[in-house]
Amino acid sequence: MKINKFVIGGMLILGAVVFLIWSATASTSEYFLTIDELNAKGSSIVDKNLRVSGAVIGETIQYDSQSLTLTFEVAHVAGDNAQLATEGGLAEALHQAVMDPSRERMTVVYVGPLPDLLRHEAQAIVTGHLGADGIFYADELLLKCPTKYEEAVPEQVG
Amino acid sequence: MIADFGFGVLVVSFLVALYSVLAAIYGEVKKSAALVESARRAMLLTWPLLTLTAGILIYLLVNNHFEVQFVYEVTSRSMPTYLKVTAWWGGQAGSLLFWSWLMSAFASLVTLRKWDRDREFLPWVIVVACVTMAFFIGMNVFFENPFAQLYQTFDGINAFTFQPADSILFTPPDGRGLNPLLRHPGMVIHPPMLYLGFVSFVIPYAFAMAALITGRTDDRWIRITRRWTLWAWLFLTFGLVLGGRWAYDVLGWGGYWGWDPVEIAAFMPWLTGTAFLHSVMIQEKRGMLKHWNMLLIILTYSLVIFGTFLTRSGVLSSVHAFAQSAIGPLFFTFIGLTLITSIALIFYRWSALKSETQMTSLLSREALFLLNNLLFMSILVVCFWGVIYPLISELFTGQKVTVGPPFYERATGPLWAALLFLMGIAPLSAWGHSTVKTLGRAIWKPAFGAIIITIALYMYYTHNIYAIIGFFLVALVLLVTLYEYWRGAYARQRNQGENIFVAFWNLTGRNRRRYGGYIIHLSIMLMAIGILGIELFQTETQGTVSAGNSIDIAGYTVQYKEVATWDDAPKGVSYTRAVVDIYKNGIYLGELHPRKDYYFDSQQNMTIPGNRSTMKDDLYVLLVDWQPISSEGATFKIYVNPLVNWLWMGSLLFMVGIVIAALPDKDPEHVVVREGKRLPQTSAAD
Repeated sequence: MKINKFVIGGMLILGAVVFLIWSATASTSEYFLTIDELNAKGSSIVDKNLRVSGAVIGETIQYDSQSLTLTFEVAHVAGDNAQLATEGGLAEALHQAVMDPSRERMTVVYVGPLPDLLRHEAQAIVTGHLGADGIFYADELLLKCPTKYEEAVPEQVG
Repeated sequence: MIADFGFGVLVVSFLVALYSVLAAIYGEVKKSAALVESARRAMLLTWPLLTLTAGILIYLLVNNHFEVQFVYEVTSRSMPTYLKVTAWWGGQAGSLLFWSWLMSAFASLVTLRKWDRDREFLPWVIVVACVTMAFFIGMNVFFENPFAQLYQTFDGINAFTFQPADSILFTPPDGRGLNPLLRHPGMVIHPPMLYLGFVSFVIPYAFAMAALITGRTDDRWIRITRRWTLWAWLFLTFGLVLGGRWAYDVLGWGGYWGWDPVEIAAFMPWLTGTAFLHSVMIQEKRGMLKHWNMLLIILTYSLVIFGTFLTRSGVLSSVHAFAQSAIGPLFFTFIGLTLITSIALIFYRWSALKSETQMTSLLSREALFLLNNLLFMSILVVCFWGVIYPLISELFTGQKVTVGPPFYERATGPLWAALLFLMGIAPLSAWGHSTVKTLGRAIWKPAFGAIIITIALYMYYTHNIYAIIGFFLVALVLLVTLYEYWRGAYARQRNQGENIFVAFWNLTGRNRRRYGGYIIHLSIMLMAIGILGIELFQTETQGTVSAGNSIDIAGYTVQYKEVATWDDAPKGVSYTRAVVDIYKNGIYLGELHPRKDYYFDSQQNMTIPGNRSTMKDDLYVLLVDWQPISSEGATFKIYVNPLVNWLWMGSLLFMVGIVIAALPDKDPEHVVVREGKRLPQTSAAD
């Protein structure tokens, strides 16, 4: 009998934790998509939680400091690391993405302070939702500049 | 030339570490004390060798040897010397070397202790420490050589360990420099603190493995490593807090913790380590949970290696990520092998690890400790699930699905609340057997006080239900802990006739572990107040104002005065600094200077907030944009972060608590002898 109450207690805790994880996952998960995938899905994913990665096109960056509204375009880059590696690494893949006018693009709108790392050929990972107007409304904006971190080989030096 | 020498010393230290492993195993098998002693000395040699290696690397960093690829990547001429030195751990290759160097220092420290009573552990502690060390040095030797130099060949410029045929050494005129975001005092000590924490957890693991292999599975290994574990915990905690403080000061988003995968990677060993610290007490007091403790320290070790790997691998999108490299699969192999071997050893010694007593009462101290452990493990599972969920979802649905901060907040929130509640009742329950009645008798006074405080908060401060629950739990734990403290001191005051303050002091001194633990609990409550404050009551606003005009937020008035820009050419920075006057309810409080620095070499901005910090709240002003000439003025983003200072105060007290718990208890007899000899000094020395 004494073992039983510990077993029951343990099961209850286990159940509670599984429920917590399951419900939190169900209500907060975000689909991680590339811009190609996003466009392929079309309107079926409007208003879902999304996370999209793309290469920032420098000349499209507009910032309205009155309303703190940031607008910029990103070009499609591959989502997984293996694919990026075959394209010559993240920095090269971002460079190619920005140079190629035939790549799928997406407009992003974000309200907040202008991020320090936002620049031409940075990788933007935006979290938010796609509006019915085809514009991505980002709640969160994560930027990565490969040139600022380590890279295998310096190419443009000297 | 000197770089080649550095690589040579690195290779020698790798061979010495390998020799140490082999000599220790062979010596133990052949029962040769001389060979084991030789292994011990070889292990002692690794520290001077790696110190020399590191010294050479630092020499190269400080003297702008840009022909060395690592130096080129992490330093530049405009960086001050102290940043060039700390650039040692600013990149992948250097930070792996830093890891090995710390490992060798701790291995040496542990070798120098008195081994008389635990001679049988020695060879196996050497084996575990040196296998770990050899793995990390091997990474440097074979994959991430910090001394690789740039050579110009027909194929272009590449980094090589040895000069290829038909090539000339290539020296770039300047290095790329450290990311300006990382040029911050907090960032200079945050990685080494985390690494200190990571590496010192290897020592308790080494003793645990030694205990399993030798079959000496009593609690001796726990008693030997208790202090190591506490120091490891201290460093890891300090590293995490520093990271949070750095984010708050530098990243300019008004927060301190973003549930970033790399943050979680550093947090996971902290969770298992904390669970371990609690559950070893049950083994010491009651001889239970021996398998569990072994499992916890093994998990902590694996998570430490995993954390090091994650912060250095770039497999996840994160502000911390370095570039990808070939070492990922090797890390996974190493983690897999050590984990499987360790768990196999637990099964091998399964029967020797049987509990000496049975758990009978659900409310006994040991049952509540077990519950505490389950909660920590649940938080670990949540974190782990969050990190691997994208991989799992991709595997099963072909669609990458990720989770963000809301997931972690929702899933861990109730678990944290349950931990707080346990912190309130566990110190009052008895070992062996407790009932609702005995617990109720002990808790009713603090619980009553906590309810009064909560009602007052509800009437005068907030109606937010999460805040009310949170503050109730905080008040409960605070009162229970203080009440326990007071009861102990009061008893001393009555029995020994001591002044109440002296009684407090002596009480802590006589049982440092217990009262150090209480101080840690108190400090966590202070931190909880800060976290509740900023998470639930943060307010923010933004606006563009011309000179002389102001923005209002939460009783504060921020009045814009002026903005100025100037260049500092030698440092390669352009500063833009705004001056704002701060008023609260019409009373002038002073100026703040939010800044935006622009670094020419990396073409990057760095936003530095102007922060007015009080115990009640922080006024956190960011300069977003400005028009220097026109009358448009400047744009600010302003946060008011209530109570956040309690978080930093609490974390300082947390460190104090760990230090108290880690210091040896005062030995009563010793004090008596001293009192007899030197009477006048005792009060000062005590």
